[in-house]
Amino acid sequence: MIIGPLLTLLLVLAVAPALPGLATRTRALLTGRRGAPVLQLYRDLARLFRKNVVYSRSTTAVFRIGPVVVIATVLAAAALLPLDGHAALLSFSGDLVAFTGLLGLGRFALVLAGLDTGSSFEGMGASREVTVSAFAEPALFLCLTVLVLATGELSLAGMLGERLAAVWPGAAPSLVLAAAALFMLALAETSRVPVDDPATHLELTMIHEVIVLDHSGPELGMILFGNAVKLALFGALVTGVLVPLGQLPRWLTPVVLLAGLGVVAVGVGIVESCMARLRMNRVPQFLVAASALAVFGVILLLR
Amino acid sequence: MTGLHELLLLCVVLTNFWVLGTTRLSSTIRATAIQGMLLALLPIALHPSWSAHTLGLAGGTFLVKTVILPSFLAWAIREAAVRREIEPLIGYSASLALGAAAVALSFGIAQRIPLPESDSTLLIPVALSTVMVGLLVLTTRNKALSQVVGYLVLENGIFVFGLSQVERVPFLVELGVLLDIFVGIFIMGIVVFHINRAFDSLDSTRLTELKD
Repeated sequence: MIIGPLLTLLLVLAVAPALPGLATRTRALLTGRRGAPVLQLYRDLARLFRKNVVYSRSTTAVFRIGPVVVIATVLAAAALLPLDGHAALLSFSGDLVAFTGLLGLGRFALVLAGLDTGSSFEGMGASREVTVSAFAEPALFLCLTVLVLATGELSLAGMLGERLAAVWPGAAPSLVLAAAALFMLALAETSRVPVDDPATHLELTMIHEVIVLDHSGPELGMILFGNAVKLALFGALVTGVLVPLGQLPRWLTPVVLLAGLGVVAVGVGIVESCMARLRMNRVPQFLVAASALAVFGVILLLR
Repeated sequence: MTGLHELLLLCVVLTNFWVLGTTRLSSTIRATAIQGMLLALLPIALHPSWSAHTLGLAGGTFLVKTVILPSFLAWAIREAAVRREIEPLIGYSASLALGAAAVALSFGIAQRIPLPESDSTLLIPVALSTVMVGLLVLTTRNKALSQVVGYLVLENGIFVFGLSQVERVPFLVELGVLLDIFVGIFIMGIVVFHINRAFDSLDSTRLTELKD
């Protein structure tokens, strides 16, 4: 029983670093460049994990446990998500709060680590990261509320499992709205373009990149890998909401899941190629729009 | 829940959010044009019997709300050479949140309004929320042109409300309303043009400075 979810989880972890590469490659192709190879992040990770860590003299233990907490929380959150639509590795009633809380904890650790360096740039990035998450988290809860109301289940495994397939025809508009909101959240949570530009080189405009300026070696690798897995988790959420995986035969679900992840990554790339990064004071508006979509989905279900 | 007309009504609400959330004047006008097209499709989706009444209503709505008025407003922007940003009195996030609250409120109210039964349970709440969003845009935006857009959205809400009783309202009355809107927007456009000439700006708060 535990083998299936574990294998799916390992599969998702294995393909996760390809997703940002796929998004970046799509963006490059659409803007007429060749771009980095899709598998670039694997090479980066291999390189980073061979290196040593360099610590700034002003940092403390808070800085050192940051990346570990980031990777641990993301992996724990991944264990809560029923990636293949049948069962999650771990599941209990109300685990959607744990899922959101784990992602929040990871972000909190990252922000603390950034503040611990005492660099003013990283403090600035930390404050922006917290601003973004303050708007993103309510929106995520609203999306999950849509799922709870549609299925009447309180665990992620239940609400994305067989029940979802049964209620899908009736609740389709709400679920599509929730999926759209989740996609917008994926852009914000993994610091992609309309919210943050992963390719920027100017500290003043960075959000996520600036917090990790002082991290090096394997620790930077952990953060990069954590971010890629986060994108995979949100991609799996979007896929799970749009395609009720629970009704498909078991052998087909990993294929559909991988296809869904690919589509989400390409979608991120398309959004990146046709949008400029939003001004910092417009970012909350983007996230409030995501919340408005989710609220509309909730209202349609409450009717 | 998955009928074509319900899908159209949901898209009407989404265009409302679009009007509230966008920062560009031209973008709000595009949103109203798309909303007009959705409204033109609605009578056909609600009454697939293709009577002259519904077809005439759809054709007239499409012509006025999707073709003439948006292109006229776009012309007004070009001629008046206004700044393209909207500059609302309350922020975009706040107006989006208020818009979401308006949708929630109208879904709550709609169930308590005693009305003869209509074709779709979504019609009344969508109509109410569109009216509220129109009112919100009308009252919280400074530029005269975005107030015209707010008026259009408000009227679109009334149109949706009228659709719930489409078999009971004579055709001529609806055409008359369409003509009224057309003339109204036309006059507003000309007024906007003159405000711009007199004040070098479309900011309607300047109108309080009128002196003899």
